[in-house]
Amino acid sequence: MSWEVKKGPEIMSQRGWLVDKASLVLLTKARVIDPSQDLDTVTDILIERGKIKKIGDIDKKELENYHTLDLEGKILAPGFFDMHVHLREPGQEEKETITTGSTAAVAGGFTGVACMPNTNPSLDNVGVVRWVYDMAAGGPVDVHPIAAVTIGRKGTQLTDISDLYHAGVRAISNDGDPVGKADVMRRALEYSQLHDLVISTHSEEHDLAAGGVMREGEMSTRLGMKPWSSLAESVMVARDVLLAEFTGGRLHVGHISSWQSIEMVRWAKGRGVKVTCEATPHHIALTDEACATYDSSFKMNPPLGSKEDREAVIQGLIDGTIDAIATDHAPHTVEEKLVEFSFAPNGVVGLETAIGVVANELVNPEKMSWNEIVQKMAIAPREILRLPSASIQEGEVANLTLIDPEAVWKVDASKFFTKGRNTPFDGKNLHAKPLGVLNRGWILICPDARMLWS
Amino acid sequence: MALHSKHLLGLENVPKVDIQSILDAAVSFKEILERPIPKVPTLRHVTVVNLFFENSTRTRISFELAEKRLSADVVNFSASSSSVSKGETLIDTVRNLEAMKIDLVVMRHPMPGAPQLLAKHCSSKVINAGDGSHEHPTQALLDMMTIRETFGNFEDLRITIVGDISHSRVALSNIHGLQTMGAKVAVCGPPTLIPRALEKLGVKIYYDVDEAIANSDVLNVLRIQKERQEDGLFPSIREYHTLYGITRERMKNASRELVILHPGPINRGVELDGEVADGPQSVILQQVTNGVAVRMAILFLLSRGEGGRDELGS
Repeated sequence: MSWEVKKGPEIMSQRGWLVDKASLVLLTKARVIDPSQDLDTVTDILIERGKIKKIGDIDKKELENYHTLDLEGKILAPGFFDMHVHLREPGQEEKETITTGSTAAVAGGFTGVACMPNTNPSLDNVGVVRWVYDMAAGGPVDVHPIAAVTIGRKGTQLTDISDLYHAGVRAISNDGDPVGKADVMRRALEYSQLHDLVISTHSEEHDLAAGGVMREGEMSTRLGMKPWSSLAESVMVARDVLLAEFTGGRLHVGHISSWQSIEMVRWAKGRGVKVTCEATPHHIALTDEACATYDSSFKMNPPLGSKEDREAVIQGLIDGTIDAIATDHAPHTVEEKLVEFSFAPNGVVGLETAIGVVANELVNPEKMSWNEIVQKMAIAPREILRLPSASIQEGEVANLTLIDPEAVWKVDASKFFTKGRNTPFDGKNLHAKPLGVLNRGWILICPDARMLWS
Repeated sequence: MALHSKHLLGLENVPKVDIQSILDAAVSFKEILERPIPKVPTLRHVTVVNLFFENSTRTRISFELAEKRLSADVVNFSASSSSVSKGETLIDTVRNLEAMKIDLVVMRHPMPGAPQLLAKHCSSKVINAGDGSHEHPTQALLDMMTIRETFGNFEDLRITIVGDISHSRVALSNIHGLQTMGAKVAVCGPPTLIPRALEKLGVKIYYDVDEAIANSDVLNVLRIQKERQEDGLFPSIREYHTLYGITRERMKNASRELVILHPGPINRGVELDGEVADGPQSVILQQVTNGVAVRMAILFLLSRGEGGRDELGS
């Protein structure tokens, strides 16, 4: 375990979290949801040294020296996985570090994250990628670096994709500087098939984005803001699904946000193209109208869309066109964000509010069930990245997320574990609260839920 | 008589009664400007900073004159570039000025929403002297004062704004203000210079300037910046002039009642022929005079008001 890793649990412990590595734990009366096995039942689970020993009726008389976590009325699911975060390290530690990002992940109910390569230096070689693994090794959060498609994310020369795969990498992406040249993207989609690697895209056609700061539409016109057409995204998605079909490569469209892009993915899926996509909680919850106060907490890339875009995102999640929910957690410093909207950097933090926002927007209005949410936030991301599942089975690693579906809580950005305070949900009441996680032998339970532990 | 707002950030959502108050007060101030000693002691207790992050000789001088005619203490602060490149944030800049005890900030800024940022994070009253392509409320108010002097009221008056609507703060403020007062606002220009979904603001769109002329009581002709042609938004200045220039020939077919406004500075021979600009239907210099009166009215009314109910303008 790296010396850095211990800091995360230490920070959480100092802030009232229960942090334990108990060898024998009995989780009682939880509603256990695991759609990968069609499981949705109230039962007990015995964990021994970080592994699931037994599911079902457990005779306590046979147990000695064990702890109990009373989960009556709570949800227990495979550990949630956020396949799109920015941990900013190396290079921008004032915004976030692997350690602080991991604590935010735990606080938000995630046991794993895939971090984007737009660091400095970028994650474009085995050395830097290994360093990221080392920084997170042994901690409670599985950190999977997504490597760059091209050297320095410049869009010309492919990275050593095979070497990166052997170092552990399961996805490549140029993130915010998408591969502009179609022929380079074509070669990447061809070459990545050597290892069934997925190419995750930030779909943005540079010229069509035209330096815009918010989605082009009535609001950008009213606010006089430089418009950013949804075409920037949808034209790029159209190009990439065509390239994916032609090459047979695997494409994952990150943070899909416009109805046209979603239509494009739906069309491609219908043709059997190997394409998946994800949407963010902020595109599920908000539209461009939120920019009316010129508050840069609502500025991100892709920008908030129209009402039709938001409805398409929700519909796409319901009908399966959109496979996963990912936050695009993008911390920035307060100083960077507290400026003129047009000058502020793009991005909002998302790890600590994701479950609550999703519950507010999808579960409470009965648009989606918790089963479906677990599918989108725990099962699908690992499948897309070809990572081992976190399924709840005897003999498997106890990689679990605990959620109180009834809790109502108020977002207070000043109390976040991430260094970022740039959330569009500050002060908002959310339903459903992550209570903690179990992963890699760690047990982390939030202060509100400590009394469930004995 | 005070405004409902502590600030003047834009004309969107400013109630009719406030626009009326400003225009009425401006009439009185215009009368003061015509006196042998065109100066009153009304704001001698007030300190105003003219904070200009963008060059604007005309607007800055107009504000400065308005402030001096009202006996306010005036400080000018010009920064050629953005606050970001100076390394000091906009909020810090203004808080520093506030530490020297100022009352009111008049700000021109290249970025939309910059006045809203100030209003939220600083304690001074803020007058927006133009924020990017968003609003320029004092320009729209002086346009409205000029229109009212000609027509008496705004009800059902047909006003068409001609030119680069996409990059114009003047257009948006005029649209909001004039609509509030009951006028019918249209725009005219090539499709590449008309922002998306503008019709949702209740604005009629003409692509044919002759049709616009035939259906308007007022033309407000906007300056065409040569950079827009370089950005590829229209093919050439020559073609723009052919399609949208307000020429002497076009004016021959226009009603004699048609009034021509222009916020200045004029590109003679591009959007407006010199002969039309100097002709009998032009009220362009009257606009400039009214600019001082309107700005005096706004400074006076905002200084009187004790903050109002809540901030107006978007």
